[in-house]
Parts: sequence; C-alpha cells; structure tokens
Amino acid sequence: MDLTFTEEERAFRREARLWLEANVPPGPHPSGDTADGFDFCRRWERELFDARWAVVSWPERYGGRGASLVEWLIFEEEYYRAGAPQRVSQNGIFLLAPTLFELGTEEQKERILPAMAAARALWAQGWSEPGAGSDLAALRSRAVRDEARGGWLLTGQKTWCTRAAFCDHLFGLFRTGTGKEHARHKGLTYFFVDLRAPGVTVRPVGRLDGDAGFADVVLEDVFVPDGDVLGRVHEGWSVAMSTTSSERGLSLRSPGRFLATAERLVALYRRERERGAGVACRERVVDALLDAEAYRLHTFQTVSKMAEAGAKMGAESSLNKIFWSEMDLAMHETALALLGPSAPLVEGPDGAWMKGFEFALAGPIYAGTNEIQRNIVAERLLGLPRK
Amino acid sequence: MRFAFTEEQLAFRDATRAMLARICPATAVRTAWDPASSGRDPARWKVLADAGIVGLLVDEAQGGLGRRVIDLVLLIEEAGRAALPEPLVETALVAAPLLAATGSPTANEWLARIVSGDATITTSLDGEPLVADAHVADRIIVQARDTMLLVDPRECSVVHQPTVDGARRIFTLGSDPRGLALTPGDPARGLAARAFDHGALGVAAMQLGLAARMIDLAVAHVSTREQFGQPVGSFQAVKHHLADALLALELARPLVYRAACSLSHDRVHAALHVSMARARADQAAGIAARKSLQCHGAIGYSFEYDLHLFMKRSWALSSAFGTTSFHRDRVGVVCLDGDSPPPDPFGEP
Ligand SMILES: Cc1cc2nc3c(=O)[nH]c(=O)nc-3n(C[C@H](O)[C@H](O)[C@H](O)COP(=O)(O)OP(=O)(O)OC[C@H]3O[C@@H](n4cnc5c(N)ncnc54)[C@H](O)[C@@H]3O)c2cc1C
Repeated sequence: MDLTFTEEERAFRREARLWLEANVPPGPHPSGDTADGFDFCRRWERELFDARWAVVSWPERYGGRGASLVEWLIFEEEYYRAGAPQRVSQNGIFLLAPTLFELGTEEQKERILPAMAAARALWAQGWSEPGAGSDLAALRSRAVRDEARGGWLLTGQKTWCTRAAFCDHLFGLFRTGTGKEHARHKGLTYFFVDLRAPGVTVRPVGRLDGDAGFADVVLEDVFVPDGDVLGRVHEGWSVAMSTTSSERGLSLRSPGRFLATAERLVALYRRERERGAGVACRERVVDALLDAEAYRLHTFQTVSKMAEAGAKMGAESSLNKIFWSEMDLAMHETALALLGPSAPLVEGPDGAWMKGFEFALAGPIYAGTNEIQRNIVAERLLGLPRK
Repeated sequence: MRFAFTEEQLAFRDATRAMLARICPATAVRTAWDPASSGRDPARWKVLADAGIVGLLVDEAQGGLGRRVIDLVLLIEEAGRAALPEPLVETALVAAPLLAATGSPTANEWLARIVSGDATITTSLDGEPLVADAHVADRIIVQARDTMLLVDPRECSVVHQPTVDGARRIFTLGSDPRGLALTPGDPARGLAARAFDHGALGVAAMQLGLAARMIDLAVAHVSTREQFGQPVGSFQAVKHHLADALLALELARPLVYRAACSLSHDRVHAALHVSMARARADQAAGIAARKSLQCHGAIGYSFEYDLHLFMKRSWALSSAFGTTSFHRDRVGVVCLDGDSPPPDPFGEP
C-alpha cells in the first residue's frame, strides 16, 4: 500500500493545474443543458481537446495521453478544483467510449472516437422509453432488417435523453428479435443513430430545474447501416451492461466533483459561522467531509484493484452509484440549510446551490434508480435470493 | 498511488480468519461472558502469540516481526469478526509500540513477554478513568499529564464496572496508582497521544470485522428463513436494509486502511485520519447492528442467538479510545474550526 503519488503523477497534476488555471473561463458558466450553454460548452470542449486534456486516459492516436486510471482521477480532481465548465461530451466519452474500446470494430473506433474527443460529434444516450424505465428490457422501439440497403430501419420512441435536443448522435438499444427465443433481454441490439437522419424527430422536454435539457427522440423508419451496430445483433443487452457499470461507477461521477463541492461547503460554513449562523450545521458539514473523503479513497482502492487484477467493475459500481448520488444531495441540502433565508435564490453568488440541489435530486433517479441499485447490491454482492 | 494490500498481507488475513474460526467460535465468546470466570483464555492467547500476531509490531531484535500498523489492521479486523475477548488491540497495537517508544530498560523485558504471549498489557491514557482487562493484565500503562507509569494492577485497587458486553471487562483504577516511571515530561504526552490513536484505529478495525460478521449472520438467516412461502431475503425491504449495511461498511473500509497507512508512516494528519476512520467504522457497525437485528426478527432479539454478542461488543467499543462523538468532533476541529487551513482535499490522501 502506497498512498503517495509518484513523481509522474505529481508532474501530471502540476501540468493539469497550470493549464486549467490559465485556461478555464471565469464563471459562472451557463448550463450545458440549455441551447446557449451547450454551444459555450462545446467550444470549451474543443479547447480541452486541442490541449489534449479532453480524454486523458485514451490512447494518443484517438486524442488522449494514454494516462493511467490514477492520472485520470487526478485530472478530474483538478478539473473540478478549477471550477471548469460542465462536460457536455460526458455521455460519449464516459459511457459510450469504454464500450467502444471493448467491443467496437477498428473502423468504428477510427470513425467515432476522434470526432467524439474533439467535440465534433456529441452523443446522447437513448435507453429509456415511455414504457421502459427501470425495466429497460421491456423496451419496444424496434429495428427491422433492410437487406437491400445493408442495414436496419428503426422505429419507436426514446425519452428523457439528456441534451439530445443539442447532440449530434444517439446510442441506444432497439429490439431486433421478435420470436419467443428473443423475449426481453435476448432480442436487443445496440445501435448508433444520427440525430439528423431522415425520420428522426427530436422534441425538447423541460426539466424540473427549468433547463430544456431532456428530449424525446421519435424515430420513424430511420435507416441505420450495419456499420453502426455495436457488438453482435441480438446481443445488445450485454453490450449495454458494460456501459452501465461505467455510468454507475467510476467515470460518470468521479470523486473530484464531490471534493470540490465539499470544499465549497466548508467555505460556506466558515462564512456563515462568522455571521453567527450555521453552527447547527456543523455535524452535517463533518459528514460531507467524511463522505467526500471516503468516496475518494474508495475510488483509489477500486482503480488499484482494476489496474492490478485487470478486473472490470461489476456490481460494486452499484455501491458507488448509491453513495455519490446520496452524498451529493446531502451536501446541497446542507448548503441550503446554511444559507437560511437566501436559500431559495437562484442567482447571485450563492444561487448555484439551489440549482445544484435541483440537479442533485435527479442523481438517485438517473443511471438506474437507487432502489434498483439496492436490489443489485443485495442480490449480486450479498447473494440474497431474487425471488 | 497503490491502494491495495499485498498478497502476503491478504494471506495472513485469511489464515487468521481460519484460525479464529477454530479457536474463537461464537460459543467461546459466550463463555467469556461467564461472570465467575476471567473470561480470558490463555491458551487462545498463546496461539495468537505463536502465530506472530501479538508481537507483530515489535522489533525483530526483541523477537517480534517488526511490522507496521498496516500489516496488523486486517488481523485486528478478523479479531472483530470473531469478537475476540482478549485484549489484542490494547496489547499488540497500543502497549507494545508505546513501550518500545519509551526506550526504557524495563520496556524490553516486557516486550519479550508480550511477544511470547506470556504477558498482556493494557492502558489508561490521558487520565482515561476506565481500563480494559485490569483483572488479567500483567501491567497497565497509566499516563496522566507528564507522567507515564507501568503499574501492577495487583498493587492498586481496581473495580470491575460491568458493561453491556459481558465479554468486555472494564475497570476503574484507584486514585494515584504507583508504579515504575516509564518516561517523564513532554515525551509522555506525545507518546500517549500516538498510542491513543493506535487504539482508536484498532477499535475502528474491530468495528469493520464486527459489522461484516453481523451482515453475514443476517444474510445467512434471511436466505433460509421462510415466510409467505419464500425466503424472507427475497423481500425487497429486507434486501434494502442489508444493502445499506453493506454500503456503510464498504465505504468505511478505505478510511480505516488509509488511517493504518498514515500511522505506519507517521503522516502529519494521521490523527485526523484515525478520527475519520473511527467516525465511519463506528457508524457502519451501528448500522449493521440495527439492520441485522431488524432482518432477523425476534430470533435476533433472543439471548440464545449469537447476534447480540457482536452488537454489544460494537456498542462497548464505540467508547474505547475516544467515543464516536469525540472523533467526529476532532474532524470538525481540524477541518472546520481551526484558523489554520485544513488539509488540502486535493493533496496526498
Ligand atoms: C436528469 C435525468 C437524466 C436522464 N438522462 C437519461 C438519458 O440520457 N438517457 C436515458 O435513456 N434515460 C435517461 N434518464 C432516465 C432514467 O434512466 C430513468 O428515469 C430511470 O431509469 C428510471 O426509470 P423511470 O423514470 O421510468 O422510473 P420507473 O422505472 O417508472 O420507477 C418509478 C419508481 O419505481 C421504483 N421502481 C421501479 N421498479 C422497481 C423495482 N423493481 N424495485 C424497486 N423499485 C422499483 C423506482 O425506483 C422509482 O422510484 C434520465 C433521468 C433523469 C432524471
């Protein structure tokens, strides 16, 4: 066990810190879930890419630095420490890319990854449907074979697709099998869809926090060539599961984000204590610090295990997902309690807390609700009977 | 950055677990409750000493294995899983390194006896009024302010104070105990503060093991107990209780292992790290106790069933080497109250 950073890791941190300090645009930044904010964030993503900070852990030929997992975590820490803008590339670089690296063809990787890294192509995730939320395998959007053109015709409706109103592409699951042997998980296939293709209608849907953010994506006989199938036909479920553990676990919400929130919370606590208020929240601030620290260490433990055993994250990612989402919510609730009368304000120096609280409320819902995660923990980690 | 135990450390843990299952089954913990007996088994202690566990931190020159806290933490965790009645934390993790650090000539003599399993030594640090195992300890290290004495419990009055855990024996010491001065002046305080942190870390590790054991008991029970024609463990409310217990345990672990690492390397913030570990390990054991009891139903509430042995040890330990609240508060003192800047959250962990 060696909890000190190596010379290379330190140098990596220094380099990241210096670059971010010099280049992060002064805040507050517009939300990436609004049209203007999305454009702003896309431009920022390009700057990141040009300086090779967009996808540090990817191989160099796709625009990365071949950084280790620990270095990636360091970069994330520095990114949030610097208060840099929201990553609108997130669904692509963190959720699709790991799956592509694992299961994509060379052609797909060459075509998709560099454009994704450079924010020339931004991706949305198309899993949920009106009738399929937690029970994703109940999805009904389908793909019918188009032998003549060498591809598939996609029809159906995807919903709650984050930033799909502004994105260029969508990855999602569609039902390709129709026979009895293809029920539920068995007859699904993983597709890439061009959101500007004929037959695609994208309808923005407002979110609780007022941002346009979500979109419904309606598809009517949208042609997708064979080259845009990821993995094998009818085996989309296992392809998709490799994405879910990235989403729940490591990549979607790395510790840096919460270290930064905890640090802001401590600053807020100190300020409010000076004003005479806030002492009643001391215990809650202590918990926020403990949470952020525990999550950081737990993540270092996880990546050490992954680096050594070459292991993938399995059901353990469900523990992470429950933990980060509930920690995030608790931190924001504590901040609002500290703010007292100014808690409801959504503009000005403290307004970010209410906005952040609204977003944190979604954490226990997206990426698989926490009820579903608790089922997974109980069944897969503790071995409790399914039925 | 490598946050992982070595193969050797893990193998030692596995061997210790197997050994404790043999020499310290739940029936043995129950036996240790007997108020008519000392509740301690010298033969069991000897096995632990022969395995090198008791003298793990003692220098090789003195017959020990010369290892560090990080090598011991997993073994203490196993002692927690077994609810070991003997004072392993007090002797191996607190007294032995403290004696060695005093550099006093008598220390060497006692270290040799600790290593061979012929002596147990417990402590009363910083005026702490309650001492573990004074009825069997060969010596007690008593520190208050600038004095640190090696006291023979037979030469001072010790009074048993029954606790919720019949296997954990706690005593008050008569005022002004007399004994051999180990180290005078300032060093006494510094050494005692470090020893206290060792003890608190030991408690945290015990709590991890206790929590794991309580979860194991619940999982075994709910997987076989049937109601409404199915195992109760298939009900979602039961699943979620136990998932919460596992979550608290798994997220407490790295704090405990990090603290062990910080103590091993005398890191600047070791004391803070220990308090963070205690805050979350105590909490995890508390959650495991509540959730496990709830998932057992009435069987868990019966004295004949073993669960309470582990619950009660956890409650009793929550106030050893600082209470849970003390440690939570110490996190606040360092990170929130001080005028000096708290440790950099983005710095070395
Ligand atoms: C901010 C945000 C962003 C999102 N972004 C995307 C996106 O980009 N792409 C995408 O595809 N989806 C996205 N989603 C959708 C998200 O994946 C779903 O909301 C989620 O999977 C839950 O499905 P649902 O909303 O239909 O709820 P339901 O499945 O209807 O669940 C309702 C309630 O019932 C509970 N429940 C359901 N089944 C069980 C069960 N078996 N056991 C216990 N409790 C159960 C749930 O936990 C929940 O509390 C997003 C959601 C949010 C809030």
